Formats: sequence, structure tokens, C-alpha cells
Amino acid sequence: MNPLPARKLNEALSNPKLQLAIYDSTGRLMDKRRAAIEPVPDFQDLRAQANAVKAHTIDNLDFYLEQLEANVVSNGGKVIWCRDGDEAVRFVRELCREKGVRRIVKSKSMTTEEIELNHEVEKDGIEVVETDLGEYILQLAHEKPYHIVAPALHKTRYDVADIFTERLGVEREEVIEKQTMIARRVLREKFVTADLGITGANFLVADSGAVVVVENEGNARLSSSAPRIQVAVAGIEKLIPRAQDLATFLKVLGRSATGQPLTVYTSFLSGPRRPGEIDGPEEFYLVLLDNGRTKVLEDKTKRQSLYCIRCGACLNHCPVYRKIGGHNYPWVYSGPIGAILSPQFHGVTEDPWLPYASSLCGACGEVCPVKIEIPKILLALRAEVTRAKAREGTGKWERLAFRAFAFVMTRPKLYELATFAAALLFPGGAGEWLKSAPLGIRSGPLGGWVSQRDLPPPAPKAFRQLWRERQARKDRSGNR
Amino acid sequence: MAVVDVLERLGYEVDFPERQTCCGQPAFNTGFRDEARAVADHFLRVFDQADYVIVPSGSCCSMVAHHFAELYEADPAALEKARRIEHRVYEFSRFLTEVARVDDVGARFPHKVTYHDSCHALRELGVKHGPRRLLSNVRGLTLAEMDKAEECCGFGGTFSVKFDGVSGGMAATKIDSIHRTGADYVVSIDSSCLMQLQGALLRRGSPVKAIHLAEVLAAR
Repeated sequence: MNPLPARKLNEALSNPKLQLAIYDSTGRLMDKRRAAIEPVPDFQDLRAQANAVKAHTIDNLDFYLEQLEANVVSNGGKVIWCRDGDEAVRFVRELCREKGVRRIVKSKSMTTEEIELNHEVEKDGIEVVETDLGEYILQLAHEKPYHIVAPALHKTRYDVADIFTERLGVEREEVIEKQTMIARRVLREKFVTADLGITGANFLVADSGAVVVVENEGNARLSSSAPRIQVAVAGIEKLIPRAQDLATFLKVLGRSATGQPLTVYTSFLSGPRRPGEIDGPEEFYLVLLDNGRTKVLEDKTKRQSLYCIRCGACLNHCPVYRKIGGHNYPWVYSGPIGAILSPQFHGVTEDPWLPYASSLCGACGEVCPVKIEIPKILLALRAEVTRAKAREGTGKWERLAFRAFAFVMTRPKLYELATFAAALLFPGGAGEWLKSAPLGIRSGPLGGWVSQRDLPPPAPKAFRQLWRERQARKDRSGNR
Repeated sequence: MAVVDVLERLGYEVDFPERQTCCGQPAFNTGFRDEARAVADHFLRVFDQADYVIVPSGSCCSMVAHHFAELYEADPAALEKARRIEHRVYEFSRFLTEVARVDDVGARFPHKVTYHDSCHALRELGVKHGPRRLLSNVRGLTLAEMDKAEECCGFGGTFSVKFDGVSGGMAATKIDSIHRTGADYVVSIDSSCLMQLQGALLRRGSPVKAIHLAEVLAAR
């Protein structure tokens, strides 16, 4: 079991520049989302519709996957089924070897981050270039995405100036537009010389066999049309049954993610170039990845986690993400959605603290465009963590504390005595008295409380006492 | 006692079953479902006969109204009992505005106050406008909205001590927002938010006080 990364959390919390960058960037995305859904009177209906379509699709995944495959094949593409990341990586490496690929351009894809594709493919001496501006910056900085939608959310333009100067050897440039032009110059050259393009997928449309990719920079469209070979890597949960369902999903996705009614580019990748067409790839492969997803299907409640369309709204609205940022989450999926995905993919004992990294404020569930009940799933995972710890024999003190809690709370007299004792023992204030208390007490929950806050002083008289006095007064006046 | 005062003033007969303790939420939220169920059983026994159960805390109310059903998923008899109570349990302000149907309780509180939305009251119970209406009808009271009224105060039960730094950071963001309104009081309908906010306000040496809505409505 990995312990709580307390040191890393404190690093993020005590870095005012980083705090401001995360808080402001996510705050801007929150404002944009609010402004974008405000003029859509049926937005809540669209969420319900999106949820219903996803629920239906996930419940009938086998049927739609086969339909998808048949349609991809009839479009002239090939479907590669991969049980895990290793199989997917192996396929791409072998394809590169077979086709003599020297350079790959990639558009942003969380799924390929999930299986760490770049790292593996580079071992064969192949150059892999991320072409989304944020991802490109991170690739140069050797960092993982900080956010599902805005991977370089934590980088200021001054950080980017440092990275470009150091890694590209260009003159220092702090103006964002000019930085963009620097990246554009480098990336254009890569696009025209790459042999293979890799994209992810926002949606896989079963009834047409199309891979739908939404983006704002045009890099996904270039990655999928300029190179002679095209590979799309997608989790099996990206399915939707019909092209017409996009009318619902595209309306909620852009608005939830970046506050756009529609992203700048929506590309439909439907197989290789057909006779008579002037552009498009010569070969088209769709890699369908399980990598733990069918395991998530097992549980009827937690299965909803697979509805996610990766808009990032839950991250932007999460007060915890907004304090600790993306890199403190153990996997590429961060924020509330990461906190429910990681334990289900890797097991609850891997990072048992993760489902607890939430105040259960519910903001994530409130904004989720496909209405995943994230708080409910967090609670279910917490119950699994306590059961797993009981099996392993760890977390003894907490288990004991809650057993005592239940014991006292089912015995009213004992409860009254305990509240009376607590009022005497904890006089309120900054907890100065704790400093002389034994370490066991200082490092326990009380220590955690007074590290940040005072203990509000207890009421001068317990409620029960006041209540009895009041009843006695009433009885007296009633008897008179 | 403020809750009792307000309800009696409106003509309700108030009982306080002395055998009551807790709804079990701390155990439920920490993942100890058996322990939570034992406490929930006790709650159901104590309040079985009440017409209305008034809860001066949004979070406890939501535990009973929404999460008891999750606790008893596998126990039809208990689930039935939980279902019977979930429509009779009311968060205090909601009882006033929806059952008693009052927006003005005749209170007087000549201060500037700001209202903090408790997350569970807001998002699980849908309580948003009621408390604000009640406050805006209090004589002498100026209601100043804060810019981050709906952002969590950072309490979150055991979260506040397990992730003390994060929780403290969230409280600090909230308090900055409270301070920007220039209010003398921050009012909430959740005792746990009030504990978090009062503790953090004291630590910062702020003169702002965190008080419950009932305390404002009971004032004359």
C-alpha cells in the first residue's frame, strides 16, 4: 500500500505561484462553463440524455463493440483488440517495424498516456512528437499531464519561455502568441515528415464505424490526415450507438470542458482514403483497449465510472484538485474522476488514501455532463478500503475508533457522559495544551485539527441540560 | 435551543427524545458501514413515532434522507423503515419554508451577515433560496452574498484531519471570500461547517463569527 503523499501535498500547498496558477486556470474554466450552459435551457435534460445513452451502451457493450468492428472493417480499416497496455504497445511497435516508421505525430490522448506508449515506442529509436501545444510543452519538460483537458494548466508563460529556450534553443519569448508560433514552426515540419499519426478518440460511433475526435488546434486533424498510416487508440468505453447521439454529446462535452458550444474542430475518422479521395491515410487501424475496463463493469453502481467523456469539469470544480493539483494523483487521470478510476483499475489497496482525498462536497457530481455519481462511488470505494484493511490487519486504530463510536452512539447514557467529558477535556482554543500531550494524541486526529484551526470552545451548558431545565420550568408553570 | 425557540414561536410542539445520539454519518463516510448501520438502527428506533424530524444540519439530514437507503440495500425490512422516515425528516430551514410556509419569523438581528451554502444541503437536498429568503426578512439584517458561497469550507468529516493541510487551505479560500463581503457574521445551516469556519476564523484572529441560521431567526 502506498502511503499518503503528505510531503508532495505540502509542497503543492506551500507554493503560492502554483496555487495561483491552478486556482485561476480552473476558475476561468468554471466561469466559461457557467456562461456556456446558461443560454441552453435544456442543459439538464441533455445531461440526463447523455447519461441514459451511456448507461444503455455500457450495459450492452458486447453488442455495440461487434457492430463497431463490422463497420470499421467495411470502411476499410482494421480493428486490433488489446487486453492490456502491453498488447497495445506491442502492436504499435510491430506496426512501426513492419512499415519502416521513423517518426510519429500524436494528438492528445489520455489513453496513450495511460499505457505509456511514447516511452515504449521511443525505445526502438522512433521519434514520437506530441502535437497538442500543452502536451508538446510537457513532452519537452518531461512531465505528465496535469489535467485531463488542459495538460499544461500549471505552466505559466514564463515557465513555457524557460522550457522553449532550454529545450529548443530559441531566443527567450514570453508573449503567448509568439510562443505558439515557435511551436507551430517546429510542429508543421514534423507533420509533413511523419510516417504514422496516432490519435485517441472522444467517441466511437457503432453504427458508422467512425472515430470522432474533438479539439481546438487542428493538430488532431493533421495527425490523422497527413501521415500515410493512421492509428486510433481508444478505450472500449468510448462507444456510443448512433451518429445522431453526437447531437447530445457534442453539446455537453465542449460546454463542460472549455465552455465552448462546440470545439473548433470535430473530425470523423472513417477508415483509410478511398479511391478518388485526394487526402487521408493509406492505412487505418483502430486499437480497442480493455486494460481493466471490463473489470470495472462487474459492479452495477461503480460501472458508471465508464460513462466518463473526459471533459475535466469535475477537476475544475473540485476544491481538492484546486489545492493539490494534478501531479499528486497517482495515475494520469487526476481529480475526482481519477480518484474513482485509479482504485478500480489498480485495486483499492494500491493507494488506499485516494478515495478519502475528498470532502464529499459533491461539486463533481453536480457538473458531470454524463451524471456520474462520483461521491457515491467514492463512498463505496471507502467501504472497500476499510474491508481490505481489516483483511490485511492494517488500520487498526481507526477501526477501533469507529467500533467505539458505534458502541457509544447506540447507548444514550454513555453518549451523554462522553459529550460531558469531551467538553471538559477539550476546552477550545489553539490546542496549546496538546504540545505537552503524549505523541499518540498529538499526532492523532486532534493534532490534525489544531494544525489548521482552533477548537471552537464548547457550549457553556450541554443542550440536554438546557432542555431538562426548560421542561422543568414548563411543568412548574403548567402545574400552577 | 434557538431551533426550539423558533419552532415553538410558530406554534409547533417540540419534543427532544433524549435517547437520540447521531445519524452514523462519520462512520458511513469513512467506510465503516456496519458501524454506521448500528447507529442508524438506533436513529430509526428513536424517531420512529415522530411526525416530523427537524434536523439543524443539512449533512445529517441528507444522511438520513439519502444514505440510509444505501446502508440498508440488503435489508428490506430496515429499508422499509428508512423509506418511511426519509419523507418526514426535514432540514430546519426547509421545514420553515416548505411545511410551516413562513419566510418571516419576526426576528431582529441588526448586523451584516453572509450565507455559506453547506454542500450537502445545497447539492443533496437542494436547499439554496430558503435560508436566504428567511435571512432577508430579518429586521435590521443586511445580507451580503460572498463570491464563493457555494464552495466547500473544507470540513468533510475525517477529511479535515486526514488531509489537514488541504482542508485548511480550503477554509482559507472561504474565509478570504467571507472577509471580502465585510460581514460581521457568516451564517450556515450545518453545524460541521460552522465548527470548521469558526475554528479557522479564530485561528486567523478574525472578528467574524460563524453562527447557525436558527440563532439569527431566534434573535429579537
